[in-house]
Amino acid sequence: MIKTEHLSKRYNTLTAVDDVSFQVNAGEVLGFLGPNGAGKTTTMRMLAGFVTPTSGTASICGHDIETDPIAAKSSLGYLPEGAPTYGEMTVRGFLDFIADLRRLEGARRTARLDYVIARLQLERVLEQTVDTLSKGFRRRVGLAQAIVHDPPVLILDEPTDGLDPNQKHEVRQLIDEMARDKIIIISTHILEEVAAVCTRAIIIARGRLVADDTPVGLAGRSRYHNAVSLQLEKTDQLAAFRTAIAALPAVAGVEISEREARLTALPRGGAPILTAVSELAAREGLKLKELHLESGRLDEVFRTITA
Amino acid sequence: MKFIIMRRELASYFATPLAYVFILIFLVLANLLTFFLGGFFERGQADLAPFFGYHPWLYLFLIPAVSMGLWAEERKSGSIELLMTQPVTLWDAVLGKFFAAWLFTALALALTFPLWITVNYLGSPDNGAIIAAYVGSLMLAGGYLAIGSCMSALTRSQVVAFILAFVACCAFLLIGFIPSLATELPGWAQTVVQGIASLSFLTHFDSIAKGVIDVRDLLYFAMLIGFFLLATSIALDVRKAD
Repeated sequence: MIKTEHLSKRYNTLTAVDDVSFQVNAGEVLGFLGPNGAGKTTTMRMLAGFVTPTSGTASICGHDIETDPIAAKSSLGYLPEGAPTYGEMTVRGFLDFIADLRRLEGARRTARLDYVIARLQLERVLEQTVDTLSKGFRRRVGLAQAIVHDPPVLILDEPTDGLDPNQKHEVRQLIDEMARDKIIIISTHILEEVAAVCTRAIIIARGRLVADDTPVGLAGRSRYHNAVSLQLEKTDQLAAFRTAIAALPAVAGVEISEREARLTALPRGGAPILTAVSELAAREGLKLKELHLESGRLDEVFRTITA
Repeated sequence: MKFIIMRRELASYFATPLAYVFILIFLVLANLLTFFLGGFFERGQADLAPFFGYHPWLYLFLIPAVSMGLWAEERKSGSIELLMTQPVTLWDAVLGKFFAAWLFTALALALTFPLWITVNYLGSPDNGAIIAAYVGSLMLAGGYLAIGSCMSALTRSQVVAFILAFVACCAFLLIGFIPSLATELPGWAQTVVQGIASLSFLTHFDSIAKGVIDVRDLLYFAMLIGFFLLATSIALDVRKAD
């Protein structure tokens, strides 16, 4: 379990993290969202024991990060932002070094090293120095380092930054796989990632915790939640249909895209309007190319909350 | 933990040409100074005094090059975040890195052994005194390295770390000359000046270089090293993430 209470970090006049409290339990994958400079990285650094909080406390698996840092760090796997490593070391040398620091020994050491090397597909580059690797490989070396000791808690700062879509998919699969028995915190500004891997999301803006919800719950806050989007075959019916839809009592507003011949009906108070809209479309004899129900747009929620 | 960190750090010296360049320059300069400036042959004495006598000056330029990367490079590449979030204490890391640098310097120093063979071939020197002087030189190098480690912890630029270490070491050398410049002062001021001068490397190195090991001199170097390593860890603790 990870627990923070009134965690704050101030640098002179700048308040990077301001009174953040939350708790994460085993099996949860928590997404840390927020604009750049909102305090995500500082919060993670405090949890990882790299930055000392100005006030407040945090504990990892019951070990306070300030009074019992070695125990807290031992239960933690941490991928720092940008996945720094020692560039002059070979991948094998680097992983051996981390395994030493993590006190992995004997058969377990061999097994764990073999596992991370295979899981992150590092066989090909084992004897190469980290400096010569592509960004994707460096990130994977960073991930290997974070999970080699099979920690109960993982904190990953932008684990998919700089990866191509295939690699992103791989990393998400890995997170999914590990999520069953671990606590995982990831920071990202890729919103689809939150929907894809996280069971819960926290949004931080200007150092403050502004939202703590499930991805579905967050999407539900969108004005597009339960909105109905229709694409017509021809644009000429657009204007007339718009007036008809706007007249429906459950519809709060209508947005139009002329170019795509698309029309989006926004519900009043998030109430379902799909039936009403589709019945209306049938009555008006519209030729539809597409009709779908929106679950809400995370990017729009994100912008509303953090603006 | 200290040992694991030391081993990695030591290996990293040899992963770049820096180690070889350093050792080469150290050996070339040490021999040039001994034979030309020191007048090794002309003196007609079977000892290594001209060799050890130049060490404080040789180290002044070379040791900051060994210590400049210790922490500045970790800061610059961000690997300090990786290291400090492993289950190691700050003290483990400070000591591990310092001992790696010290061991590396010891290796360079050990490679001057042909001089020792030469002097034994040419005459019959006091080998006890030579060993004592080697120990003294190693302690001196440790003092320079501890200062260099502290300066490296203050910045993310290796160049700045080099310059800071050079200036600080220079100060520790030069205060040894103040008494000889201040002979006109009244008695109490002489005492103050002597007190300051007793903090200098030179004061403590000179007698060891002559082969006289005084526990107080060794204690001086040990305390100097301890003080600057403590200062290193404080500097790191205060501004790890900057």
